[in-house]
Amino acid sequence: MNYRYRINYSKKEGMRYTSNLDIHKMWERTFRRAKLPLVYSQGFHPQPKIQQASPLPLGFLSDCEIVDFFLEQEMDLLSLETALTNTLPYGISVNSIIEINLAEPALQTQTIASEYHVFFLEEFDSNKIIESIYDLKSKETVIRVRRGKSYDLRPLILDLEIIMEDSYYLKMLLKSKDGATGRPEEVLSELNIPVEFTRIIRKKIIMANELVVKK
Amino acid sequence: MNQEKSLLNRLERILPLVEKPGRYVGGEYNSVVKNWGEVSTKIALVFPDIYDIGLSNLGLQILYENINQREDCLAERAYSPWQDMEELLRKNEIPLYSLETKSPLKDFDIIGFTLPYETLYTNTLNLLNLSQIPIRSENRGKYFPLIVAGGHATYNPEPMAPFIDAFLIGEGEEILLEVINAYQVWKKDDLSKNELLLKISSIDGVYVPSLYDPQYNSDGTFLNMKIKNKNVPKKVTKRIMGKLPYAPTRFIVPSIGVVHNRIAVEIMRGCTRGCRFCHAGMINRPIRERTVQEIIQTIETGLENTGFEEVALLSLSSSDYTNVLELVEEISNKFAGKNLTISLPSLRIDSFSVELMEKLKGSRQGGFTLAPEAASERMRKIINKPISEEMLLSTAFEIFKRGWHTLKLYFMIGHPSETLEDVAEIAALCKKVLAVGVKAIGRRAKVHAGVSTFVPKPHTPFQWVACDQQESIRQKQNLLREELKGPGLKFNWTDPKETVMEAWLSRGDRRLAEVIETAWKNGAKFDAWQDFKNYDIWIQAFSEANLEPDFYVHRERSIDEIFPWDHIHPGVKKTYLKTEYLNSLSLRLRGDCREQCYACGITQTFNHLRKEDPGIVWKCPNLSPRRSKNELSIPN
Repeated sequence: MNYRYRINYSKKEGMRYTSNLDIHKMWERTFRRAKLPLVYSQGFHPQPKIQQASPLPLGFLSDCEIVDFFLEQEMDLLSLETALTNTLPYGISVNSIIEINLAEPALQTQTIASEYHVFFLEEFDSNKIIESIYDLKSKETVIRVRRGKSYDLRPLILDLEIIMEDSYYLKMLLKSKDGATGRPEEVLSELNIPVEFTRIIRKKIIMANELVVKK
Repeated sequence: MNQEKSLLNRLERILPLVEKPGRYVGGEYNSVVKNWGEVSTKIALVFPDIYDIGLSNLGLQILYENINQREDCLAERAYSPWQDMEELLRKNEIPLYSLETKSPLKDFDIIGFTLPYETLYTNTLNLLNLSQIPIRSENRGKYFPLIVAGGHATYNPEPMAPFIDAFLIGEGEEILLEVINAYQVWKKDDLSKNELLLKISSIDGVYVPSLYDPQYNSDGTFLNMKIKNKNVPKKVTKRIMGKLPYAPTRFIVPSIGVVHNRIAVEIMRGCTRGCRFCHAGMINRPIRERTVQEIIQTIETGLENTGFEEVALLSLSSSDYTNVLELVEEISNKFAGKNLTISLPSLRIDSFSVELMEKLKGSRQGGFTLAPEAASERMRKIINKPISEEMLLSTAFEIFKRGWHTLKLYFMIGHPSETLEDVAEIAALCKKVLAVGVKAIGRRAKVHAGVSTFVPKPHTPFQWVACDQQESIRQKQNLLREELKGPGLKFNWTDPKETVMEAWLSRGDRRLAEVIETAWKNGAKFDAWQDFKNYDIWIQAFSEANLEPDFYVHRERSIDEIFPWDHIHPGVKKTYLKTEYLNSLSLRLRGDCREQCYACGITQTFNHLRKEDPGIVWKCPNLSPRRSKNELSIPN
């Protein structure tokens, strides 16, 4: 009998420069350090069963990453959390752990959208940004080329607005489904904002069963 | 930590623009971050190549753990930034910083470079410069960090002498701590930099080049090394550990993919085979082993601390480890079914090695590697690596039969007495091995020949030998390329220009420093990387320094020539190396010196250390008092 768990975690500090593939490795090694009874795949090169939700681009911070893993024995959530606290690298911290029904579909197929907040490291003219947002939103299609393939960015943008608080930031809700993922840096490029002048944080991953995993 | 905060803010704008930014941020599991303000002595450990290569260096890992165990010290790391990052650091005037606390390297007390190979020299200058530290020792006053260097390449420290304040020759475990102690006393007393250099020059194994003055003959050959101060040793003898110390277990776990992601356990130090070309085999004597229990314990703790999926058992000749069968059985009992990959490199060519590998393989990954080095009987006698062809073929048959599809064979070309016939035998041998493979498993069998080019290294019996001419190497490589065509065969070689670059740097004297500096100023760096074609820069630098490149590499040395590295004593005597050189000329083989002592001098040099652990960890034969006399009387 196997057991399935889901961790919601934050990705901060230097870990923002660890790619999705390497984050997978990071979890494998963390689980082994924590001595969890991991379920491995069958076959020639057995791999631990670990699933990640929608990949986070390199350099982004996150308050809400999600990973599923499978254990051979049931463990209570509190001891799981304790075991992980001491074995995680600096920059990764657990927000919550829950047990998940084994029969649920693979995590990556369940995500439908992500919410990002974009903060500015340099001064920009907020009125100009508001204008470009308006322009962008009023377009029917926004054809862009990424890695030699052209696609329409517009339908991937579910929401885009500027939020004025002490300082201002951009809030965007973008589709993140397999094969239809809106990338914040593509949106920024449409708004003529260089990505190196921003700090992008993923705030929420929205799942198909519209159960937003608690932070 | 405002300084750190402001640097992080600046980095945040740069890092999105570089490849693999994870190289430049630290924060890895098991990295040690101490409070900068609360620690008196700060040491930066630097591997002058990129993070991906430097991270897994075992020597630095040992020193990192050793130093960080001390409450009064901290050790942090730095590596060479790749081109893209270097450009941005320079453009934004950000000095090279440590990964742990992001402190500029120039704020450390001591910077230690590891120089395992010579092609890192230009990178070393580049890193000093990136740190905004003058590259020449004479231009660094007491308020700059003390720059020290160690590692295999520093057994000939002369080419780097003007840039490094002190070389730490030999095994680094104790000597670096002793230098730190001396530094702390000096700093308290607030004396001059010269006082510091003089003081550390009295520590065994420390070579302070500015206290020595090389003299040359009118023909450019080396005359001798004059000491500038009567208190410094005429000869600097390397340091060794009588017994192998504590093995590191808190390996830094990288947050990004690097070349080696693994636990490395040194099962044994030194080698007794006496291959005459082998630098490591000569300078790492005597042979010392860890116990099976200690190795198992290190693996277990290492796995707990890291979660790594791979373990490498390191030594120069694994099959020679006394209890290798017991070790391998113990490992497969303990760790079978745990989805671990365990590698055991440097195996002897016999069926026993196949048996060992069979016991270790959980999943049958990669190929099997053997290093015959030479293919003709004559060359085998010259290099002192006797292997019977029958044994190689029967071992190869076993390897293929037991499920490996690819066999890698390592050879070396370029000994000056080698003929095209000798080289043709390499190709013929590869084909015979392939035929054996096809017989065993059919057309799936593959043979990869990795053919490197010989560099006559200091402190080896071949230090008197000349390097092969580039033209001749090309001819030999062409022959191999021609012969090793066809299905199932693959041939790898080294560009002769790279080989000659390594040879200059290995065999240079202090005058070569000017060449290195000029080459670096004109853009040479990452000389170890094939895609950096710096050859023309180097030739130009030689001509600017008025030196003849061929003088260093293509000249056979007279038997009584004095070498610029003779004042560095690796424990093995020059007379022994000379005997071995003469033996190579008369095609005389010498056996494994575990069986019989050939009086290389190591036991005499370190007699005091051996007495502390008689006969247990050193695998040199135990000589009775009477036999000891014989040892001394073996004619040299």
